[in-house]
Amino acid sequence: MAKNVLTEENFQKLQKVIDENKGKRGALMPVLHEGQKIFGCLPIEVQKKISEELKISLSEIYGVVTFYSQFSIEPKGEYVIGVCLGTACYVKNAQPILDKISEIIDTKPGENSADGKFTLVATRCIGACGLAPVITVNEDVYGRLKVDDIPGIMEKY
Amino acid sequence: MKSIAELQKIRKEALEKVNLRSDRKGTRIVVGMATCGISAGARPVMMALIEEVKKRNVEHVVVTQTGCIGACRLEPMIEVYKEGEEKVTYVDLTAEKARKIIVDHIVNGKVVDEYTIGAYEK
Amino acid sequence: MDLFRSHVLVCAGTGCVSSDSAKILDRFEELLEKHELEKEVKVIKTGCFGLCEAGPIVIVYPEGAFYSHISVDDVDKITEEHLLKGRIVKDLLYKESVEEDKIRSIDEVGFYKKQQRVALRNCGLINPEVIEEYIAFDGYQALASVLTEMTPQEVIDIVKKSGLRGRGGGGFPTGLKWEFTAKAEGDQKYVACNADEGDPGAFMDRSVLEGDPHVIIESMAIAGYAVGADKGYVYIRAEYPIAVKRLQIAIDQAKEEGLLGKDIFGTGFNFDLEIRLGAGAFVCGEETALINSIEGKRGMPRPRPPFPAQKGIWDKPTLLNNVETYANIPQIILKGAEWFAGIGTEKSKGTKVFALGGKINNTGLLEIPMGTTLREVIYEIGGGIPEGKAFKAVQTGGPSGGCIPAEHIDTPIDYDNLIKLGSMMGSGGMIVMDEDNCMVDIARFFLDFTVEESCGKCTPCREGTKRMLDILEAITEGKGTLKDLESLETLAKTIKAASLCGLGQTAPNPVLSTLKYFRHEYEAHVNDKKCPAGVCQALLEYKVIPELCKKCGICAKKCPVDCISGEKGKEVYVIDTDTCIKCGACLPACPFKAIIKG
Repeated sequence: MAKNVLTEENFQKLQKVIDENKGKRGALMPVLHEGQKIFGCLPIEVQKKISEELKISLSEIYGVVTFYSQFSIEPKGEYVIGVCLGTACYVKNAQPILDKISEIIDTKPGENSADGKFTLVATRCIGACGLAPVITVNEDVYGRLKVDDIPGIMEKY
Repeated sequence: MKSIAELQKIRKEALEKVNLRSDRKGTRIVVGMATCGISAGARPVMMALIEEVKKRNVEHVVVTQTGCIGACRLEPMIEVYKEGEEKVTYVDLTAEKARKIIVDHIVNGKVVDEYTIGAYEK
Repeated sequence: MDLFRSHVLVCAGTGCVSSDSAKILDRFEELLEKHELEKEVKVIKTGCFGLCEAGPIVIVYPEGAFYSHISVDDVDKITEEHLLKGRIVKDLLYKESVEEDKIRSIDEVGFYKKQQRVALRNCGLINPEVIEEYIAFDGYQALASVLTEMTPQEVIDIVKKSGLRGRGGGGFPTGLKWEFTAKAEGDQKYVACNADEGDPGAFMDRSVLEGDPHVIIESMAIAGYAVGADKGYVYIRAEYPIAVKRLQIAIDQAKEEGLLGKDIFGTGFNFDLEIRLGAGAFVCGEETALINSIEGKRGMPRPRPPFPAQKGIWDKPTLLNNVETYANIPQIILKGAEWFAGIGTEKSKGTKVFALGGKINNTGLLEIPMGTTLREVIYEIGGGIPEGKAFKAVQTGGPSGGCIPAEHIDTPIDYDNLIKLGSMMGSGGMIVMDEDNCMVDIARFFLDFTVEESCGKCTPCREGTKRMLDILEAITEGKGTLKDLESLETLAKTIKAASLCGLGQTAPNPVLSTLKYFRHEYEAHVNDKKCPAGVCQALLEYKVIPELCKKCGICAKKCPVDCISGEKGKEVYVIDTDTCIKCGACLPACPFKAIIKG
C-alpha cells in the first residue's frame, strides 16, 4: 500500500468538489466524504487544502475527522473486512467469526495486516440482521455464516 | 407540478401499470432489492429473470425492483402478479430457480409450487 | 365504481380451472343475466385460494359463504337460493377441515396475518425508483390536499388529534413538536429528518428509505408547510448507501415533477430538500448532536433547552422527526386523524415497525398495531425460537433499552408499558435471546457499545460507562464480587441522572434491566464462578464424560495445547483444565459427544 494517493489529479478532483460546495452552509462534512472517496483517506495534506479553501481552521477539521469513525487519516488495506457486531449478529455468534478472521490474516480488529492487503474492522449494525451473522469484504456481503465458512471465504482474497 | 389535475393524470396512467389485483393486465414481477435482498443475492436473480424474459420473448412482462418485503430470512424473494391470478411469493431463490419460474410459471402458466413461500415454510 | 349487492368469487387458479371452474363462471353469468341480476351481483374470477383439493371453489360476499366441490349444476342452486332468496346453501359449504395445503402468497403466512402496514405500506409493492408508482398508490395526494385545502394550523391539529408519537424512541407527541416549531419565532425555519438509525438490530428506517423514499419527501413537505419552513435536511447514516442513492433519485424526480422547488401545485409554497450524510457516530442520532453534524461540526450534543424547536440548525427553529414518524403522516392526512387514533392503545396510537432478529425463526421486518403482545410477536409472527430452545428474553430499544424476560411476555407493546418494564420502545429493534445467551455478556456487549460511542463531552457518560464496563468485564472473567453488583447499580443511577443527552441517560438500561430480571445469572458468575449459559469463555470448563468416551483419541489430536491425555484404545481421555485454553476445538471433534462444556 505504498501507492501515493496525494497526486495532482486527486487534488484537482478535490478542488472541483470544494468549488461545488463552497457556497453551501455546513459544507465541511460533504467535502470530507468526497475527499475520502477520492483519496481513500484524509491525510493531513488533504485536510490542509480543505482548511485553506473553506476557511475553516485546521484544528476544527482535524477534530471533525477524528470524531467520526468513517473518516480515516491512515490509508486502508486493499480489502476492508467488516465483521458486523450488531446485536443480532452478536447473539448469533459473530465474535468467534471475528476471532477466526483475525487469526487467519494475523491482524487485530481495527488494524491493517502487515502486507497492507487487509483492514479488519468490527462494524456497527449494517442492517442485514435477517442474514446474521454477516461480514463484508469491500462490497461483497456474506451472511448466515459459521466459523467453518471463514477459511473458504478468505481464500478468495 | 402545477395542478392537482396533473397529479391525477399521472396517477391514473401509472395505476394501470401497477395494478396488483388479478384483474390487472400483463404480468409484473417484483424483486426485493433492499440491502438484505441484495446481500442475499437478489441481483443475479433479477438479471436471470430479465434475461430469461428477453430470451423467451414473453410479452407484457415487467420485471422491476422493490424495497424490503419484510421476511429477510427468505431472501432473495420475488412476487409475481399475473393477469387473472393471485399474487405468488417465491422465496430463497437462485438465478437457476428464477429461470425455471419464468419458463414454468410465466410462459407455461404453471406455478412452481416447490419454490413458493408455502412450500418453504413446511 | 359501481356498487354491487353481492360479489361472487370464482376460483380460477390452476387447480380449479382443471376442475371446471371456467364452466362454473360461464354458468353464473348466464344465470345472472337470466334473472336480471347482473347489475346487482358481480362475478369475479380470482386466483388460487390455496385449497385446491376442495375445488372448484366459489365464495359469495358479503356473507363470505365458502362453497367447495362445486359442479356446474350446483351453480343453479346457489343462484336461486343464495343470490335470489338470500339463503345460504348449507350442504354445499366447505366442511371445516382446514388444511391449507397450498400457500403461495406471503399474505397467507402466519408472519403476515397479524400485521397492519401503514408506514411500510408501499415497501415491497412499488419500485422505489419510479415516482409514478408512488403516485399510483395515492402518493403526493396528501401534499396536494394539504396545500390546496388546509391551513397550517389545520394540518397541525390533525397530527395532534391522531395521537402520533415520535417513532425514533422517545415517543414525544409529534403534533406538539410541530406546534412548538410553528409558534417559534424566526425568519427562517428548517425541517429535518433523522435517518441516522444507529441502534444495532434496527433497520426499519433503512427499509422505508429503500422501499418508499417518496413518502419521506411528501411528508417533509407537508411538515414544512405546517411549521413554515422552506428547507429540509435528511440526515442519513453513511452505512446505508442504497438508501442514500434511492432517496437522491427520489428527490431529483420530485424536483423534476415540481413536487419540490418553487410554487408547488401553484400555491406559492416553496420547499427544497437536501441529504446530509453521517459518518459513523452513533451519538448523531441524538437530535442536538445531529444538528451539530449537519452544520459540519463534531456531532456532540448541546444542552437542552433551548430545544431544536426554538434553536436548531444554525440556531433557527427546526422540526426534527424520525423516518418512521414521517412515513405515517400522508396516511393520517388522507384517512383522517380518527382512523389513525382508532388503531393501537389508549396512549400509543397507530402501528409500530419492528425489526425482529436474533434467535427467532422468522427474522424480518414487521408492522403491528400498538398493543400487540410480545407473545404474539415472538410466537405467532416470529414463529418461535429455532431448534426448540427455550425463550429467555427479548431486547428492545437497542443500547438504550433493556431485556424483557419470559414472565412479561404477555405485555401489550406500547411506549409506556415498555418503560415500566425498564426497557423502551427505541427505534424498534427487537432481538430475541434464548437459553444459550448469557445476560451478563449481553449487558457487557451493550456497555462496550456505549463506551465506544460516548462522545466524551460530559463526565458521567464518558467515565461512568467505562467504569461500568470494567466491572462487567471483571464479572464475566470470574473476578467479580457481590459488592461490584452494588457499585454497578450506584453508577447506573448516577449516569442516568447526570448525563447530558439521551445516550448517557439510557446507557445503563441494559445493565439495570438484566440486574433486575436476571440477577441470579450475575450471582452465578460472582459466587460460583460459572456462566450458566456457557458463553463467558473464562468461566467455562471442558470435561470428558468417562462413560461416553470410546478412547479414540481424536480430541487429543485436535487440542492445540496438548492438554488432553489418555491412551488410544486403552484409557479414557482426560482434559487438564489448568492448561486448557478453552478454545472449544475438542467439542465438535468428538464423534461420540462425550465432551461437555459448562
